[in-house]
Amino acid sequence: MSDPKAYRALTTHRLFWPVVVLVGMLAANTVYRPGFLSVQMRDGHLYGSLVDILRLSAPLILVALGMTLVIATGGIDLSVGSLCAISGAIACLYISRQPDQNSVGGVLTALALGLGVALVLGAWNGVLVAVIGIQPIIATLILMVAGRGLAQLITEGQILTINSGPYKAIGVGHLLTLPLAIFLALAAALLVAAVTRRTALGLIIESVGGNAQASRLAGIRSGRITFLVYVISAACAAVAGFMMTANVSSADGNAAGLWVELDAILAVVIGGTSLAGGRFSLGGTILGALLIQTLTTTVYAMNISPQTSLLFKAVVVIAVCLIQAPGFRARFTRRRAPAAGPTPVSEQPKEQVPA
Amino acid sequence: MTGSQPVLTMTGISKSFPGVRALDGVDFRLLPGEVHALMGENGAGKSTLIKVLTGVYRTDHGAVTLGGAEVSFSGPMQATAAGVSTVYQEVNLCTNLSVAENIFIGREPRRLGAVRWAEMRRRARALLARLDLDIDVNAQLGTYSLAVQQMVAIARAIDVEARVLVLDEPTSSLDAGEVAQLFRVMRQLRDDGLAILFVTHFLDQVYEIADRITVLRNGRLVGEYPTSELPQLGLVEKMIGKELRALERLDEQSRHDAAAPVEGAPLLDVRELGRRSAVARFDLTIHEGEVVGLAGLLGSGRTEVARLLFGADRADHGSVRVHGTPTSLRNPVAAIGHGIGFCSENRRAEGIVGELSVRENIILALQAARGWLRPVPRRRQDELVDRYVRALSIRPADPDIPVGNLSGGNQQKVLLARWLITEPRLLILDEPTRGIDIGAKTEIQRLVAQLSDGGMAVLFVSAELEEVLRLSHRIAVMRDREMVAQLTNDQSVDADRIMQTIAAGAGHEEVPS
Repeated sequence: MSDPKAYRALTTHRLFWPVVVLVGMLAANTVYRPGFLSVQMRDGHLYGSLVDILRLSAPLILVALGMTLVIATGGIDLSVGSLCAISGAIACLYISRQPDQNSVGGVLTALALGLGVALVLGAWNGVLVAVIGIQPIIATLILMVAGRGLAQLITEGQILTINSGPYKAIGVGHLLTLPLAIFLALAAALLVAAVTRRTALGLIIESVGGNAQASRLAGIRSGRITFLVYVISAACAAVAGFMMTANVSSADGNAAGLWVELDAILAVVIGGTSLAGGRFSLGGTILGALLIQTLTTTVYAMNISPQTSLLFKAVVVIAVCLIQAPGFRARFTRRRAPAAGPTPVSEQPKEQVPA
Repeated sequence: MTGSQPVLTMTGISKSFPGVRALDGVDFRLLPGEVHALMGENGAGKSTLIKVLTGVYRTDHGAVTLGGAEVSFSGPMQATAAGVSTVYQEVNLCTNLSVAENIFIGREPRRLGAVRWAEMRRRARALLARLDLDIDVNAQLGTYSLAVQQMVAIARAIDVEARVLVLDEPTSSLDAGEVAQLFRVMRQLRDDGLAILFVTHFLDQVYEIADRITVLRNGRLVGEYPTSELPQLGLVEKMIGKELRALERLDEQSRHDAAAPVEGAPLLDVRELGRRSAVARFDLTIHEGEVVGLAGLLGSGRTEVARLLFGADRADHGSVRVHGTPTSLRNPVAAIGHGIGFCSENRRAEGIVGELSVRENIILALQAARGWLRPVPRRRQDELVDRYVRALSIRPADPDIPVGNLSGGNQQKVLLARWLITEPRLLILDEPTRGIDIGAKTEIQRLVAQLSDGGMAVLFVSAELEEVLRLSHRIAVMRDREMVAQLTNDQSVDADRIMQTIAAGAGHEEVPS
């Protein structure tokens, strides 16, 4: 009796289908390339496709965590990609001006500078949305466009290359056999989870996103909360920007974090947070980010030609969104239900043949 | 009439939601040319049955036949096309569109794909004329009162070639004149052969207009009765499933308490408070432990007064003292800081956060007052929520289901609980009993009397004069967005006296709005 019930609870779980797709993609990769799941120890570090996926998804996870909170308030932050580029550019610029690029103190100052500027820009977004009342999509579009220009101004239109061991470690360093980036993403996730779920911030964000008018009348200062989530989002983007630029030891104002806002929004939506605001799920967002990175890795691993890779990605994303949509699933099960009648009839003779 | 075939039959309808069994094997039939009242307490399953009928929900079990053929609507549009039109309790129209657009949205008269605007306006005017409503069909719907919007919703419903018209609480926001107007239209439509399903909480209205009554209780069918064979007392007993005596006793007692004068210190004292184009300047003093009733017709400025006192709208004139100290109520946070709570008349839009749980909704105001850095400990939450779920008999008594799954009356109780746990000194209740069944209504009235005995001040806003009279120590009367009188509720005050005050306007000129 409890088995079908448990099965039903499992299949109707919000994250059931994203998990199925993720597992399915990993399986497809394994079939295509049998060594896909293997993880090897080399020079005290773990290597393998799975580790790569985790490492490469770290920046996206960071950006998507901040995006989750913004979307939960009913907003959206399009400027995160530009913020990645700006924070990375500032950090790289500062380091490149240092006499000793390997000094830890210098790198920490660079990070503080990059983060500081990102917080100011996040506050700018917050003021536009919460104080002036501009619609979030427009307010953050300003910085999405202007921010790219700002990043290029910082790097003077060049690709700024640095040679700093400590900075590079953020992207490709290791800790306890695993890439440092994984720990950074994990730490950020735990921090955001603690800040939202150990305090009442999560509840209040969900309340503002669920019904702004009712929240105001319950005494919630929704303006402050809205402001705060844009600042948090900017901080997350800044750390992601450090990772992206550290990965390649260079800052490219034009390319760093390009389109990451769209991947982040996608990760949030796949994770089950509604674009209309309200209930949010950090775990779902992380799963969504992993799914998107796995997809990207799959596209490369399967040697799908660059011309069609975006199209392939789009098809998978559409499929995930469709099977997640209750309306679509209902249509599917409804269409299948009447078909269930004739099916056994046609199956029976088939079974009788071998018997 | 009784000999004719039912135009609509529903048999064995069952519907469950997570944590709630809303309908359990309910049968229902509707004859052509009758007004059929569907009665029951909040959570009895009336709204669910209607939503099953109109295709908003799919049934788990059971069948619906319309004109002899079995139907299964996948949505309101399909139901409307088949001749089942619905006007819902809360007006579901687009206030930013014009009146004519609202009436014809989704089925605009077209030629070659282009909307025929002139034709649309002409037909809208004709329809509204049928309802005796003289308004500009080009104006934005939002510029009209809730009552007018309700009439527009009805105009929209009867324009379709409807065989069944479902009216879910159509009168809850209408005043007496408008109700009479609506009933005239309903009788006319009935005589044209339309089957009308009518849901209301006003018993008098049922006996005025309904031919037959179907009673639901806790998702089950109690029975179907001709109105003439079911006395009012019997109906109420069937709805709540118990004797009425206890309720009546309470009524007398609370009236008695209310008549005793209150000796409390002034809690809130406002002078010349007002807001342009909302409400004219007024003085009002509310004492500790006092229930002040706010009476007046729909649109007389009752809600506007309540919102000013809570800071939901900002006053542009006047002074405020709380416990004798000058202050301002510039926003809800400031008002809450002074110990004021406010339940809006618009539960869904300004009260509950539907997707959050009952528990989260209840602690919301307390949490907001503490700030997000100091969460209410989980154990304390459970303690408070448990206590109030039990004290207010919130059903279902599961604090973890989304509050949106609850019936209107239970949502109202959740909102009351939200404010009660903040231990306010003044609670402003705007139409707390609107659209609520008699059982829950009495519970809320009893609660107000208890709170006032405990020293809490209450500003009680209601369209029902009997209720205001029963509970209030003092009654402020509103007319045309102006506070025209304040009466001490002694033996000399009754509904007639208040009606006269409203009609006479205490000698004031009419204020252009």
